[in-house]
Amino acid sequence: MNCIVIDDEKMARFIIKTLCDQIKSINLVEEFSDGIQAIKYLNENQIDLIFLDIHMPNFSGLDFIKTLKDTPKIIFTTSDPQFAIEAFGYYFIVDYLLKPIEFLRFEKAIKKAERQLFVQNQLDQNKEPALKNDFYVNIDRRLIKIDLLNIYLIEAKGGYINIKTENKNYVVHSTLKKIEEKLPNSLFLKVHRSFIINVKKIIDIEYNSVLINKDVIPVSRSKRPELMKHLDLL
Amino acid sequence: MEQPNLNYINQLARGDDSIKKTLLDVIKTEFPQEIEDYYKSIEIKDFKKIEENVHRIKHKFSILGLEKSYEKANEFEYHLREKQFNLKEKQNFNKILIMISEYLQTI
Repeated sequence: MNCIVIDDEKMARFIIKTLCDQIKSINLVEEFSDGIQAIKYLNENQIDLIFLDIHMPNFSGLDFIKTLKDTPKIIFTTSDPQFAIEAFGYYFIVDYLLKPIEFLRFEKAIKKAERQLFVQNQLDQNKEPALKNDFYVNIDRRLIKIDLLNIYLIEAKGGYINIKTENKNYVVHSTLKKIEEKLPNSLFLKVHRSFIINVKKIIDIEYNSVLINKDVIPVSRSKRPELMKHLDLL
Repeated sequence: MEQPNLNYINQLARGDDSIKKTLLDVIKTEFPQEIEDYYKSIEIKDFKKIEENVHRIKHKFSILGLEKSYEKANEFEYHLREKQFNLKEKQNFNKILIMISEYLQTI
């Protein structure tokens, strides 16, 4: 875990450094005597955790966190208990350590930070990329924009695919596999080796087929459970 | 009156004399400068600055195991924030500063 410390007192920074040296998972990469210098550093460097003093002249720790855009986890290190309630109003505040900081209390705060970072990493990994609204296809040397939400069906036909939208059909020299990679999983499902459908456009479902717009599309037996997962059943 | 001690510093250093020495060197360097700043602020009666000076200095009290002195410094700081300059609190605070300065010369 890469960390920095921001504290106007050299003694306080040295104490944090000493405590960090006693925990293997912590790598204290930089120290700052004020928040302004730290902001410049954070604009160019990726940090997991900040040890932040609250009471600093001119620019307090609370002022500092209001300037952050991409916020790492923060542990407040302070002599003042009175800011605790305000501090915990921010979701990225992990802990609030009162000076002088004892090792066991420090270690507990680090474990807390590690747990929160682990959960955050898991969530980030499972997050689907932001939904794209459109893509371009090459038809007769023209790039034509297709709105994803208007597509209801994509059908494979030899070396071509037929992209069907509510207004128009587009025959494109491509494969289902290639276009499948560009489509969001939450919206599109390959229900058969020759068909990808927009699950939001389904009108009704029978055992081995779906009605989508005016097309009846076969559903492979192996794809049926996946299709059912996409449906909001009563 | 309670006396300064190195319990916290020893606990932090875990037997590593170089840590202990570095920390004491930092305290010995910072503390006189902080006292000077404090007296300057007193001279010009800048309450905001006095409050900041007291805040900075009181951390040293806790590092040197002066828990009661730390509480007194907290009250002094709180009253300064409320723009109440209490002479008795100032005198007590100054006594603690003298005690620590003398102690730092012995270690």
